[in-house]
Amino acid sequence: MGILTLKNVTKNFGGLTAVNKVSFTVEEGEILGLIGPNGSGKTTIFNLINHYFPVTSGEIIFKGINITHKQTHEIAMLGIGRTFQVVKPLKRLSVEDNVMAAAFARETTFEGARKVAREVLEFTHLDHVAHMKAGGLPIAGRKRLEIAKALATRPSLLLLDETAAGLNPSELDEAIDIIKAIRSDLGITIIIVEHIMKVIMNISDRIHAIAFGTTITEGSPEEVAKNPTVIEAYLGSDYH
Amino acid sequence: MENKKFFSKGELILILAGLVLPFVFFFSPYVQGLLIFIMMWVVLGTSWNLLAGYTGQVSFGHAAYFGIGAYTAALPFLHFKISPWWGLLTGGIMAVIVGYLLGVIVFRLRGPYFALGTLASAEILRIAFGEEEWLTNGHNGILYITTWVTKYPYYFIIFALAIGSVLSVKLLMRRREGYYFLSIREDEDAAMALGINTKKYKNISMVVSSFWAGVAGAFYFIYMGFIDSDTVFALHNISIITILVGIIGGVGTIWGPAVGAIIMVLLQELFRSAIFGLAPQWVSGMHAFVFGLLVIFVILYLPGGVVGDWELIKKKLHINSKTEKS
Amino acid sequence: MEMFLQSLISGLLVGGLYAIIGIGMTLIMGVLKIINLAHGQMLMVSMYIAWVAWYYLGIDPYLSVFITVPIIFYLAELISKYLLNPLIEKDSILPENQVLMTVGIGIVLVEFMRFIFTSDYRSVQTSYTGQAWHIGGISIAIPLFWAFLFSIAATAFLFYLLMKTDLGRQIRATAQDRLAASLMGISAEKITIFTYGLGSALIAAAGSFFLPIYYLYPDVGPEFTAKAFVITILGGLGSTVGAIAGGIVLGLAETFGATYIDAGYRDAFGLIIFLLVLVFLPGGLKSLTKV
Repeated sequence: MGILTLKNVTKNFGGLTAVNKVSFTVEEGEILGLIGPNGSGKTTIFNLINHYFPVTSGEIIFKGINITHKQTHEIAMLGIGRTFQVVKPLKRLSVEDNVMAAAFARETTFEGARKVAREVLEFTHLDHVAHMKAGGLPIAGRKRLEIAKALATRPSLLLLDETAAGLNPSELDEAIDIIKAIRSDLGITIIIVEHIMKVIMNISDRIHAIAFGTTITEGSPEEVAKNPTVIEAYLGSDYH
Repeated sequence: MENKKFFSKGELILILAGLVLPFVFFFSPYVQGLLIFIMMWVVLGTSWNLLAGYTGQVSFGHAAYFGIGAYTAALPFLHFKISPWWGLLTGGIMAVIVGYLLGVIVFRLRGPYFALGTLASAEILRIAFGEEEWLTNGHNGILYITTWVTKYPYYFIIFALAIGSVLSVKLLMRRREGYYFLSIREDEDAAMALGINTKKYKNISMVVSSFWAGVAGAFYFIYMGFIDSDTVFALHNISIITILVGIIGGVGTIWGPAVGAIIMVLLQELFRSAIFGLAPQWVSGMHAFVFGLLVIFVILYLPGGVVGDWELIKKKLHINSKTEKS
Repeated sequence: MEMFLQSLISGLLVGGLYAIIGIGMTLIMGVLKIINLAHGQMLMVSMYIAWVAWYYLGIDPYLSVFITVPIIFYLAELISKYLLNPLIEKDSILPENQVLMTVGIGIVLVEFMRFIFTSDYRSVQTSYTGQAWHIGGISIAIPLFWAFLFSIAATAFLFYLLMKTDLGRQIRATAQDRLAASLMGISAEKITIFTYGLGSALIAAAGSFFLPIYYLYPDVGPEFTAKAFVITILGGLGSTVGAIAGGIVLGLAETFGATYIDAGYRDAFGLIIFLLVLVFLPGGLKSLTKV
């Protein structure tokens, strides 16, 4: 059955069909990569899973529960965490407070939340800036903070939206290590949206490719990379 | 965000000072009256600050809760001769009910629309309470012969309310509620993704905020002995001044509103009395003008208010007693 | 039937006047993205200038448009340049800082005028104040009629400016997407300053036409600011056509409400409509026109 299943999920914005009958299943413990050219609907799919936008038609099932019409915060509490493409730190709060706010999803006490926050900060290599205002972090730190916040809610499934964009090569390697550790050490299932081929080909167990809101193909990274439709959609890609 | 002790030394000194001050001015009921007004604005400012400064919902109509509180104390007295002192209990509760209902309407709105929605709500209440003479005596208002002539008991009641309001905010901000309020303020969408039921927590903030404003309103009736709709639901004299108290003192800080209240009341008296009689008479009409200038100045140069931007103020005023390490 | 017609005509005429206030505000809102709570104060200041011109120089209020508009226009530009623009970039806890700034500006303007003129009510007496034409049982207040004509003229002028001129296109571009506009070489800052001046100038011109109709006193402003933002929301943010429709709807609602329901609640009708629109029709009337 898999931990998350999308069945014919469609989203229309007025006259524009952003997502067109997309279906896929994510198995527990796997890392699924979601690729596609700009505007293909990847972030919209995340927004639908999360219920930022309501689905036009189709179903989303998580851990056997139909979450298609549940509210965003309910879905988060059921165990889906996400990062945002355009990062949303709680700017005026310290890094630690940011993560604590997230930790309160599962912890009820101040001390409990702080403990979880410190663990997560260490895991995401942010412990040294714990007391800095989140707004003052450079982009790599902010991206990691996005992940830290999502992790602190103890998700079973993590949606990562372009967490690697804007990072330099060493920051990129660090990000890849953290993402891999999320699955191997924490046992969290991941769906990752990425443009940077190095990241997604390296990390994903399977890849689901999309263009113009419709599925092109699905398979292992090698299979997908050789798929002619994918290559065509990605003319000018930096991976071959 | 954590404090080893609940009250810092400075805070304890402040509270002690507050307890002692009315006695210091035993000879001047006028000053005692000022102290009472300061405390009343502390309550209003603190209540607004919880909703606006900490939760990011900038209410332009806090007079709504103040007015409801005042009328909750006054109406049973007007119609059934029930002592308005009960209002101290019921005023807050009625304000909460009204606040919750208004919240159902206005919390769907974001940003400036929320502000306008609250403004409109308070104004509608003001007009309605003024028009429905059979209920409220309309523009004639409601009169009550106050229980005591001496100011002491009134001061200690409002002082207790002021401490209570500040304490409740302090308590909330150290708990999960406080973190959630801040998350809503900083980024409501991100907050939802963290599992925060933003509607629920906005309502919690509104409940606490409107409660204190309502109790302040009830106190106002008990102390002043007279209210009418244009006074207690006033846009400029209640809602806007509440905002200014918060801004000038410091939004999003615990003691900001208290500082703001002191500044506002003192400033107003300074001008109303024409600098205690030292300046020409026309100065007495200038207090509102000076408020306006102060608002402009604070927003441009001290957006965090006196408390929030205290470091900045120190820097500007200190004559380089320490060299800056960068 | 006569009462209905009378309410209809009066409501329409008043509505036209309201439309001008609304257009000014919606322009400012569209470009500056703020609610200008000092809008009504500009009207008040302009009315005082017109009054002074009438009282001391005998200039007819309608002619003083040529005095009030430039003065208010430049005053508004100064305010925008030094007090409002600096806040656009600033990030602060309260995103409503700009709105609060307009509150502060409003207070300063009111108190300054109160200091000069005291709180006394003032009015003008001309050949047409208080006069009305009577056509078949309906009375049409003459000053209201001229004000209505003015609104039509001003609206036409504004449409021409916004749609046909380069400046107008720049304004619309900046309102639509500030960043994109500046990338196209438009000085968003200059346009912002100009638009605040233009919006204020519109309501300043309205002042000359209001003076023969309403009493003048320092606190006359906020009432019209309130009407302005009701109209703006009602018509749909940034929509000039919407503001016209909104103004007329408000004028009619107030007049009919006062006639048939309760005169004391006159000012509340606008506010109630405002809340209803905010909650149930957030895009305003404009959103209804989308196919």
